[in-house]
Amino acid sequence: MTDKVDRSKRRLLLAATSAAGGVAAVGVATPFVMSFMPSERAKAAGAPVEVDIGAIEPGTMKVVEWQGKPVWIVRRNQEMLDLLPKHDEELTDPTGSVPQQPDYCNNPNRSIKPEIFVVIGICTHLGCSPSYRPEVAPADLGTAWAGGWFCPCHGSRFDMAARVYKGSPAPTNLIIPPHQYLSDNLLLIGDDKKKGAA
Amino acid sequence: MKLLNDFIGWVDERFPLIETWKYHLSEYYAPKNFNFWYFFGSLSLLVFVIQVLSGIFLTMSYKPDALFAFASVEYIMRDVQSGWLMRYIHSTGASLFFVVVYLHMFRGMMYGSYRKPRELLWIIGVVIYLALMAEAFMGYLLPWGQMSFWGAQVIVNLFSSVPFVGNELSVLIRGDYVISDATLNRFFALHVAAIPLVLAGIVFVHLIALHAVGSNNPDGIEIKKNKGSNGIPLDGIPFHPYYTVKDMVAVVIFLMVFCAIVFFAPDMGGYFLEANNFMPANPMQTPAHIAPVWYFTPYYAILRAVPPMFGSQFPGVIAMGIGAIAIVFLPWLDRGKVKSIRYRGPIYKAFLASFVISFIGLGYLGMMPVTPTYTLISQVLSVVYFAFFILMPWYTKIDKCKPEPDRVTFK
Repeated sequence: MTDKVDRSKRRLLLAATSAAGGVAAVGVATPFVMSFMPSERAKAAGAPVEVDIGAIEPGTMKVVEWQGKPVWIVRRNQEMLDLLPKHDEELTDPTGSVPQQPDYCNNPNRSIKPEIFVVIGICTHLGCSPSYRPEVAPADLGTAWAGGWFCPCHGSRFDMAARVYKGSPAPTNLIIPPHQYLSDNLLLIGDDKKKGAA
Repeated sequence: MKLLNDFIGWVDERFPLIETWKYHLSEYYAPKNFNFWYFFGSLSLLVFVIQVLSGIFLTMSYKPDALFAFASVEYIMRDVQSGWLMRYIHSTGASLFFVVVYLHMFRGMMYGSYRKPRELLWIIGVVIYLALMAEAFMGYLLPWGQMSFWGAQVIVNLFSSVPFVGNELSVLIRGDYVISDATLNRFFALHVAAIPLVLAGIVFVHLIALHAVGSNNPDGIEIKKNKGSNGIPLDGIPFHPYYTVKDMVAVVIFLMVFCAIVFFAPDMGGYFLEANNFMPANPMQTPAHIAPVWYFTPYYAILRAVPPMFGSQFPGVIAMGIGAIAIVFLPWLDRGKVKSIRYRGPIYKAFLASFVISFIGLGYLGMMPVTPTYTLISQVLSVVYFAFFILMPWYTKIDKCKPEPDRVTFK
């Protein structure tokens, strides 16, 4: 029995034990972190919703819930549609180059039917729900206001096609959800795969 | 009496009871020139105890469920015996916690308490502050009112602006794709169990670190440099009984203010409890005007002051985050020859004053609605706020300091 300590062997054993222990720690941590992810129930929620749009008056908005978020449905009147193309140079992304909408809504009105506008009412900045301000040039929003949405949290401005104005904190236009018409007045939000009913 | 002494003797043979008492209280020598700024450390500890006690009692009647949370808070307010008192103590305590902690932190800045050898003590303090902000934020979701919901929505979305992993990160925090029952339930667990445990642990470490290096004082000089023949600092007095008694005066005055708020102005005109939070959470509609509780508004104003860059809000989030943790770098930014403001030159004093003005100004603007003028002022004040830190190595070096005294003074 010698008193001499084999230091390199100790270092090796220490390193091996630490490495194995580290792997075990990561392994044990995994189920705990996984439990933080959405549950199967949360993942299953978010079925498409059917909306009857027949009762929406021109110029007014209806809010429905889809996947826990507000979805706005607006029946734009002719005045609103006429104003839409007149301020392209003030917008961050007038042509919808950032894919915030399905391909079938990548048009100047950002909608399937020009008058019916469907959009998720969550600001792309930090998730507040902007207020509907359809009136033109109200006192608090200035004479340049052509109708649209104003986010009370951080002041982002959107036009009547939910396109963001330059200088807003929101980086992109609001998101248009997948949707389709089941009949003239029946809208399905959350699913755009054509069904026989259409 | 003999029985008691025998018992203490019995314990002392098995646990360092007397030794601990002496080390931390009766033979912990603190500088004798403490002024009122030195109350806020012990007051922070007092508020922590108040929050833990009132929190435990609230937990007994509260339900962390999106369907019942709002109603259970109303039940506490209306039906539980003294429930309203528990809740107002807890909500007032939350705001006053930040009042005393902000004053405690400012004391450290004025007197250079972060300088060598107290850098680690300072860092631990900043960690406590960050944990406290997390604790307050998560607690604010629990009443499940409109401000609870939309405040959490905004703050959690800050994480989704992180490049590449942001979306997954925010889903991980919420446990859902929107703020929901899962979020409420986990915030409850973190608010009542995880973070208080962490806080208790790091507060303990903060005190251990303090008692190892010793307290700073308004003169910013080390009392350990002048020791008597018995090895005790000449300018030191035992913490107990001298400062325990002195702190008791502060406790009485503090509790008078505390009770006045609890009984006469529990919502403090909307600053401690916001009007919109008396409405149940509605994921479909954001209140017309939302602002965080007052203690978060300076950072919130910085967030709003930074415009989006490269189609991302991330730069603003970074600025906000750096704004909140910038003080942790003070020990290495400060190149001054002296520690205390008493012996600093006019340049440092001007910068510290501008820092205070920017912090309070940003705090005010963070509560206001967005207008172009306010945004511009926020931007100016944000620059002033960061200039205090960024320029510090320069202005503390060129500043004309007065000579420090050898022994502590009374002013």
